[in-house]
Amino acid sequence: MELKLPPLAETGEVLTGAEIVIRCLEAEGVEHVFGYPGGAVLFIYDAIFKQKAVKHVLVRHEQGALHAADGYARATGKPGVALVTSGPGVTNAVTGIATAYMDSIPMVVITGQVPTRAIGEDAFQECDTVGITRPAVKHNFLVKNVDDLAITIKKAFHIATTGRPGPVLVDIPKDISNHTTRFHYPDKITLRSYAPVLKGHGGQIKKALHLLLEAKRPMIYVGGGAILGEASKEVAELARLLGYPVTNTLMGLGSYPATDRQFVGMLGMHGTFEANNAMQASDVLLAVGARFDDRVIGNPTDFAAGNPARKIIHIDVDPSSISKRVRVDVPIVGGVKEVLQDLIAQLKATPQRPDPATIAAWWKQIDEWRARDCLRYDRKSAIIKPQSVIEKLYEITRGDAYITSDVGQHQMWAAQFYKFDKPRRWINSGGLGTMGVGLPYAMGVKMAFPEAEVACVTGEASIQMCIQELSTCKQYHLPVKIVNLNNRYMGMVRQWQEFFHGNRYAESYMDALPDFVKLAEAYGHVGMKIEKPGDVEGALREAFAMKDRLVFLDFITDQTENVFPMVPGGKGISEMILSEEL
Amino acid sequence: MRHILSVLVENEAGALSRVAGLFSARGYNIETLTVAPTEDTTMSRMTIVTTGSDEIVEQITKQLNKLVDVVKVVDLSEGKHIERELMLVKVRAGGKDREEVKRTADIFRGRVIDVTDKAYTIELTGTTEKLDAFLEALDRASILETVRTGLSGIGRGEWVLKV
Repeated sequence: MELKLPPLAETGEVLTGAEIVIRCLEAEGVEHVFGYPGGAVLFIYDAIFKQKAVKHVLVRHEQGALHAADGYARATGKPGVALVTSGPGVTNAVTGIATAYMDSIPMVVITGQVPTRAIGEDAFQECDTVGITRPAVKHNFLVKNVDDLAITIKKAFHIATTGRPGPVLVDIPKDISNHTTRFHYPDKITLRSYAPVLKGHGGQIKKALHLLLEAKRPMIYVGGGAILGEASKEVAELARLLGYPVTNTLMGLGSYPATDRQFVGMLGMHGTFEANNAMQASDVLLAVGARFDDRVIGNPTDFAAGNPARKIIHIDVDPSSISKRVRVDVPIVGGVKEVLQDLIAQLKATPQRPDPATIAAWWKQIDEWRARDCLRYDRKSAIIKPQSVIEKLYEITRGDAYITSDVGQHQMWAAQFYKFDKPRRWINSGGLGTMGVGLPYAMGVKMAFPEAEVACVTGEASIQMCIQELSTCKQYHLPVKIVNLNNRYMGMVRQWQEFFHGNRYAESYMDALPDFVKLAEAYGHVGMKIEKPGDVEGALREAFAMKDRLVFLDFITDQTENVFPMVPGGKGISEMILSEEL
Repeated sequence: MRHILSVLVENEAGALSRVAGLFSARGYNIETLTVAPTEDTTMSRMTIVTTGSDEIVEQITKQLNKLVDVVKVVDLSEGKHIERELMLVKVRAGGKDREEVKRTADIFRGRVIDVTDKAYTIELTGTTEKLDAFLEALDRASILETVRTGLSGIGRGEWVLKV
C-alpha cells in the first residue's frame, strides 16, 4: 500500500517489536487489552509486564477476550483491543471476530504467530490465521518485518474505526516481536485504496427531502449504523421537525428514544404490530444506517411486491449495503451523521412542511395498530413471566443501565420491554447471533464504565457458553448483575419447534442444569434463585443494592412462554403471528 | 449476462485470496480470472469474467470496491473494449491428419510452436468465441491437451484504467 507519511521529526528509539506493539496501543489511547497469553505472544506479554499505561484483562477463554473487547467498543464507540496467541488462541477467537464483523464493531485483534522461519511447516500451535479469519474481518495483516509493525498497527486502527467500522487483525510472528527497530508512529495515514466517503451527494439529498415532504405515509427506519455513526441527535432532530414515525432495528435500539411518542417500537421478526405494519404500508421510507436484513424485513420479494409504489431513500456509509436485498430509489452514500445534517439544513432552508392533515391521518392509522397492544402478556400468572422480569429491571434501573444480552427469547424480550432512550446502552449480537456474548459483553462495558449499572440478560443455555468468565469478573472486580431467565429450554429453538416442527422438542431441553446459585458462589459471587412472581422486584432491588458484588439472579420462568409478535421465517413482515391467535 | 471486470489491486500477499474468497463466500460465479503485475510494480491487474443479473454484478462491483486491497474496479463490458485470451493446444498430428491440423491452425491464425512426429502444439490468441470455434473445428478425438489463460481485457481508444 502506498503511504503518505508525515516527515519524520527525529530518529526514534530502538525498541523490540513487542515494545512497539505496546507503544502503538498507548499512542492510540488504548486503556484496556483483553487477552490470554501463549507461546507466540510471550515477548508481547513481557512488554506488557514492564509498563503501566495499557491494562491487560486476563480472560478465561479467548472467545471471552474478543467478546469483552467487542462489548467495550459497542458501549464506548472506541475500538476494542484483544490479544491472543497463535493456533488455538486464534481459532477460539474466531467466533468473537465474526460476531464483531457482522455488527460492524471497530476492533483491533493482535495475534501471535509462529516464528517466520517456521510458517508453513505445520509448527506447534501454527494455523493460517490470516486465511482463517479473512472472511470475518474488515482487513487483516501478517507482519513479516519489524520495520513494518508500527505502520501496520496504525493502518489497523485507521481501517477499523473509519467508514463502516469492523475488526482488523494483525498477525505478528514471534521472532518479529523480538526483533528491534527504530520506532516511529505516524499521526495520520492515507491509503489510496481505502477512502470512505462521508459527505453525501447534495442532489440526492435534495431528492430525498422532496420525497419526504410529499409523503402521505412516511416512515423513518433506523439501524445500528446510526449508533455506529453517532447520529442519534440528528435522527431525533429530523424526526421531530417532520413529525414522522420512527422504528429501530434490534441493532438500532437507543438511537431514537423508545419512550418518545413518535417511536413505534422495534420492527422485524419480533417487532411490534404497529412498526411492521407501518413499514409495510409506508409510501416513503427513509432508511438510516440499516440494511434490510432477513430478520428485519422478512422476505424481500413480499416486502417489495406488497407495496410496489413505495419509494425508498437509503443513507449508508457502505455502498454495498444499498440495493443489496431491496431496490432503493434514492441511494445516498455517506456518513449517516453528515448526510442527516445536510438533510436537516436543507429542510430548515425550505418553507415547505408536511401537510398536517395527511400526517395526522397516518398517525390515526398507526395508533389503531398500536391499540392492538401486541406486547401484552398474562400479568396475573402464578409462574414468573420473563417479560415481567425485564419490565421490573427497567423500572429499578430507571431505564438507565447498560443491558447486554445473549441470544434467544430473552434477547427479544429485553429488546421489546427495556425502553432504551440512549444509544450504546443495548449491547447484543444482532448479525451473527452468538450465544455466550452476554457475560463477556457485560465485562467489557463494566470495564469501560465502572460506575454504571450493567446487567446481562441471559438464559440458562446461553450463559453456559461463556460461564467461565465469572472467574474474570471476580479477578477484576466487575460487579455486573446477571438476569438469567431460566425456562429450562433453549427457548427460541423450543418456540420454533412448537410452531413449525409439530411440538417435537428435539434436543432443546436443558437437562442436568447446574445449581446456578452454588455455581455463582463457587466463583466467589452472590447467587439468588427466584421462583415466585411476587419475589421478582425484591430480588432485583436487593441485587442492585449490592453495588460491589456480582449477583447471579436465576429466575425460574414460564417454560411455555413465546415471543410475540412473530413473523415466520421467509414471510412478509406484516404476516405476524400475534399472541391471542394461538 | 457476461461481464468483464478489470480490477486494480495492491500488490500485497493475499490480495488474490481476498478476491477469490469474496466470490466463493457470496456465491458469485467466476468464469475466468487472470492476474499479473502492471507497469506500476505496486499494483496488479485482474481481469475477472463473471455472469449474473445487473443487480448481482452491481453487488460484485461494490463488494470488490469494499476490499481494502482493491484500488479500482471497472466493468469493461459497459464500454468499448478489446478482449483476448491465449490458448495452447496439443493436437494429435500424425499421418493423414497432419496437413489438415496445420491448415485449420492457419485459418484461425494460430501458430505451431512445438512439433513432434505425432503432435503439434498450437498457440492461438483471440476472443473466447474464436478459441471455442477453433476447438470445434478440430477433430475432438485429436485434442490431447488444452491450456487457456482466461480473458484479458482493455478499453478502446485513449481511455486508461489507472488510479
